[in-house]
Amino acid sequence: MARVISMQRCFLESFFLKTACLSKVCLVALAVLWGLARASAQDVPLLSGGVGFLTSTNAGNTNYLPIIEPLLAAPIGQHVLVESRAALLETFAPGTNGQPGYGHSHFVGLTYLQGDYLASRHLTVVGGSFLIPFATYNERLSPIWIGNFQDGPLSTSLGLMSTGTGLGGMLRGSAIATSRYSIDYTGYFSARSANTQFNADRSAGGRANLYLPGERLEVGFSYGRLLQGSHENFYGTHVWWEPKDEGLRLRSEFARGQHAEGYWVEADYRTQAFGGLDSWVGRIEPVFRIQQTFRRDNIASDGLPAQDTQRADFGLDYNLPHNTRILTSYARQFSASNNHNVWETGIVYRFLFPAWKGKSR
Amino acid sequence: MRRTSHFVCVLALVAVFAPVLYAVQLAAQNTSSSMPDKRREAPKKPANAVMGGEQIFQSNCARCHAVPEGFSPRISGTLLRHMRVRANLSQHDERELLHFFNP
Repeated sequence: MARVISMQRCFLESFFLKTACLSKVCLVALAVLWGLARASAQDVPLLSGGVGFLTSTNAGNTNYLPIIEPLLAAPIGQHVLVESRAALLETFAPGTNGQPGYGHSHFVGLTYLQGDYLASRHLTVVGGSFLIPFATYNERLSPIWIGNFQDGPLSTSLGLMSTGTGLGGMLRGSAIATSRYSIDYTGYFSARSANTQFNADRSAGGRANLYLPGERLEVGFSYGRLLQGSHENFYGTHVWWEPKDEGLRLRSEFARGQHAEGYWVEADYRTQAFGGLDSWVGRIEPVFRIQQTFRRDNIASDGLPAQDTQRADFGLDYNLPHNTRILTSYARQFSASNNHNVWETGIVYRFLFPAWKGKSR
Repeated sequence: MRRTSHFVCVLALVAVFAPVLYAVQLAAQNTSSSMPDKRREAPKKPANAVMGGEQIFQSNCARCHAVPEGFSPRISGTLLRHMRVRANLSQHDERELLHFFNP
C-alpha cells in the first residue's frame, strides 16, 4: 500500500513538474505569437515539427519513446526571424538492477532558440542559442522528420562540444552563388553557460561548403575548438552526392578530435521505375549506413565509444502519404567489449501549418 | 579476427548487391516511361512560372528532405526565410523559390 502511495506521489510530482515546464514553453511561444499578431501585416509565423513513436531493442532491451519536436519560426519585419525548436519526450525502459517491469523518464527542453538578422545578401547574423554548425548531422539531419534512421551516427558528438548547442553569436551566409558553383560559410562563438535550458561550452568554430549544382556534389570542411577544460581541436569534412534524376543519395562525414575519430557513410534510394515515387513501390526507401569509430587514447571526453567500434545499419523506410514515414532498421555493432544487434522501428508524422490565418504574399 | 571477418562479409555483400540493384533500376528506367518525381517535383505550377525556382529546389532543398505535402502558401515566405538561414541559401535563391511556390 505504501509503495502504491509512493508511486502515485512520484507520478503526480512528475506530472506537475512536466506541466510547469510545458507551461513555460507555451507561454513564451504565445507571447511571441501575440506580439506578432499585433504587428503590421507580414509573413505568417509557422508551426512545424514532428510527432513520433519510436522503439529500439538494443542488446535485448527494448525502449519505447513517444516524442514531439515542435518548431516555431516567426518573422518580424523584413529582416528578422525568431526560430526555436523544442523536444518533449518520454522514455520507457526496462527496470534496472533486476527490477521487473518498465520505468519511465521524461525530458522537456528547448533544442535551440535563436534570432536571425538578414543583414545583407551575403550575411546573416544569428544570436541566442543555436545548433553548433559542425559537419552536417547536427544542423540538417537531426530533426526526427528528416533523418533516415532514428538514431544518429556514433561519431556525431565529435565537434559538438558536449551539448550540440552554442550560446552566443554566429555569422553565416552565401558567399558566392552562381549557376555552376556556390560557396557558403558559417562561423560562431559560444560562451560558457550552465543554464538548464541553454547549457553550452565555451567554444568557437565554423564550416565552409562548396556545392556544384551540375554534379549535385557538396564538399565541406568544419573546424571547432573547445575553449575550456581540455581545449581540444576538432576537424571535420563531409561529402554529399546526389546523382541527378537517379533517386540515390550518398552522404558521408568524417570527424577527428584529439582523442577519437570516426566516419559514417549513408546511402538511400527510391525508385521511380514502377509508377513514380507516389506508387507503393516508389514509397519504399532502402537505407544503408556504415560507420566506424577509433579511439586514440583512453581520455573519453567526446562521447564516442570507449573502444574501436564498427557498425552496419540496414534500414527500410516507407513514405506514407501526408508527410508520414515508417522507419525500420537492423544494425549489428562490433567492438572489443561485445557484439550486439540493434533493432529499431518507428513512425513519424511531420506537421507544417500557419500559426494563424493570414494573407499569402 | 572473427569480428573483422564478419564485418568484411557485410561489406562484401553490400558491394555486390548495391551495383546489381542499381543496374536493375537503370534497366527498368530505360524500358518504362519517365514518371514525375515527387521528391524533386514540388507543387504543380505553370511550366514557365519559374524554372529557376524549381531547379533551385531540386538542387538545394531535396538534398536533405522531400517536399512537405500540402503546406499553405501563407507560410511560404516564412518557410523560405527559415531555410535561407538554415541552408545558407542566397537572396536570389530565396526569391526564386518564393516565386516558384507563389507564381
